[in-house]
Amino acid sequence: MEKLMMKGSEAIAEAAVRAGCRLFFGYPITPQNEIPEYMSRRLFEVGGQFVQAESEVAASNMIYGAAAVGARVMTSSSSPGISLKQEGLSYCAGSELPVVVVNIMRGGPGLGGIQPSQSDYWQSTKPGHGDWHPLVLAPSTIQEAADLVMDAFDLADEYRNPVMILGYGLIGQMMEPVAFREYQPREFDKSWTTCGCKGRPPNIVNSLYLDPNILEEHNHAIFQKYERMKREEVRFETFRMDDARFCLAAYGTVARICKTAIAQLRDEGIKVGLIRPITLFPFPEAVFREARVRWILDIEMSMGQMIEDVRLAVRGRTPVHFYGRVGGVVPTPDEIVRKVREMYKEGVK
Amino acid sequence: MNNWIRVDRDRCKGCELCLESCPEQIIELSSVMNIKGYHFAVQKDADRCTACRLCAISCPEVAISVFRVLKKRQRAS
Amino acid sequence: MTSSTGGSMPEKQPFKQVFGYPRGLTERPTHYCPGCMHGVAHRLVAETLDELGIRERTVGISPVGCAVLAYNYFNCDMVEASHGRAPAVATGIKRARPDLYCFTYQGDGDLASIGMAEIIHAANRGESFTVIFYNNAIYGMTGGQMAPTTLVGMRTTTSPGGRDPLQKGAGYPICMAELLNTLEGPFYIARQSLLSSREIIRAKRCVKKAFQLQPRGFTFVELVGTCPTNWGMAPIESRRWASENMLPQFPVGVFRDREKEGDA
Repeated sequence: MEKLMMKGSEAIAEAAVRAGCRLFFGYPITPQNEIPEYMSRRLFEVGGQFVQAESEVAASNMIYGAAAVGARVMTSSSSPGISLKQEGLSYCAGSELPVVVVNIMRGGPGLGGIQPSQSDYWQSTKPGHGDWHPLVLAPSTIQEAADLVMDAFDLADEYRNPVMILGYGLIGQMMEPVAFREYQPREFDKSWTTCGCKGRPPNIVNSLYLDPNILEEHNHAIFQKYERMKREEVRFETFRMDDARFCLAAYGTVARICKTAIAQLRDEGIKVGLIRPITLFPFPEAVFREARVRWILDIEMSMGQMIEDVRLAVRGRTPVHFYGRVGGVVPTPDEIVRKVREMYKEGVK
Repeated sequence: MNNWIRVDRDRCKGCELCLESCPEQIIELSSVMNIKGYHFAVQKDADRCTACRLCAISCPEVAISVFRVLKKRQRAS
Repeated sequence: MTSSTGGSMPEKQPFKQVFGYPRGLTERPTHYCPGCMHGVAHRLVAETLDELGIRERTVGISPVGCAVLAYNYFNCDMVEASHGRAPAVATGIKRARPDLYCFTYQGDGDLASIGMAEIIHAANRGESFTVIFYNNAIYGMTGGQMAPTTLVGMRTTTSPGGRDPLQKGAGYPICMAELLNTLEGPFYIARQSLLSSREIIRAKRCVKKAFQLQPRGFTFVELVGTCPTNWGMAPIESRRWASENMLPQFPVGVFRDREKEGDA
């Protein structure tokens, strides 16, 4: 496969086009502007459509409309914009529409900053209003981002549910070599779409259920899909966990920083490994629960959000500690080494 | 003339807009109630109905159908 | 529709049905209050779908508000939008499937308040779908609150002393047809009223025109109607009140017809 040197945002956009995405509705917000910019050039070349929406709210409802007529559709934004997109995404989840949304996170709360941050773990995995989850994929390299985007469209169609690609400046703005795999299109049932009722009774795309008993059934049906995701779609990477006595937990590029730290710690004789969740929802609970380690150190570029899921996963059997940098500060391998060394020497349990 | 209207009595909500719309003033509300509990529209003097459709056009429930008896000339065409 | 009343069917004279139930509506009775003109507006759209033969190629979008359940009444594919976003949803649909016909059906709170950005920008982009805008100057479904189109001095549950633009800062009624007419994008803009059979016939012509012109751009028909329940009036009285009070504020007419202008 030909390798190209590409910026993460552009690789994400190109992967979407290669996966059959022909519609993009977006709104400018740093640090993800390269995605709509790329799409505004690229989509018209392949007979698609690009709309710069009036707002993120509108964009999230445009993807709702496009998905309702069976189109492969994507939008992208960054944290404050994702807050606005929560409206349309919740409607997509309630109406069971397949959409792909990219969140290139930035710091918060409020306007926050534009530097790398993992401050949206909560609003990604436990989002918006109503009982629902998107399937959340967190790449740690540009190559993985491109691969996951292609998978995201199939997962969205498979489950008729929003799928989110979760990155931040380090994924969106960094350049790395990337090779696009040949995308193999799959067939999905589209008989539910609202493309005109020729030869059949009208279809309705809707999330309103005024009868509480019917809405309860609908909620259960949606959560059955999430149960299936938990059985079939959990993805994670383990690194040097075979003989590990201590475990780091990190997602995205933070995991790459951890790997560098682990190499140094191993040289010092400290047996540390890493578990990197790739799907943040469904969360890889079992691998954490089954890890036979003295403690887990959860490392995030937030005040500690994923740590809640790690703790739920180990069910109190393994102590879970936290180290985080926020505001756009990226932790260095050295500070992770220092933190682990300290815990090791103090005999932290 | 014997044109006539047919009111779907269980759709009718007794809003009276058809009563006011009828140029001949030949629609009134029933003394009995329909399944929803409304007094529904009835045509009281079909002989005067011109099949002008104004009652049906103003009906928000689309509960009125209008029938026109064809004259000889119309029958031929 | 089995039960019926009225004149008896003549035995021998041949007859013709000159008004009946359109195919474009399902047979489901509506949830609207007695005398509410949403039902009339629905019928005008449904008849248009029938007459143009486009029912099976049309996607309708129901709003939030009284017409939220419109997807149960229109006999075509329907999508339910969130509050005010129908024009954004329609944009998504038409960009994906320009071969389909698409209409949004929206009330005044939905379109002129929470959905103001969506309607303005869809109109400005000249998206090719039809907007049916039912203006009765009040939020109906939520219980009669003040709408952007509420008349000055009009009492609602959130303007109990009457809409007061100055002392209480409640603003003035927004005239959507005129507002959209300041944009280059729209192809067709009209406002009609549903306050008498004659006015309904005129409104029907505009609704049909809007669908006919839809392939050429953004078409918008505002329909001035009533809300007997939340106005606290009988249906006939509300019709009269609207004629006297709403029409001076919201004058009817065709504001834009690019086909007639011949510059399209």
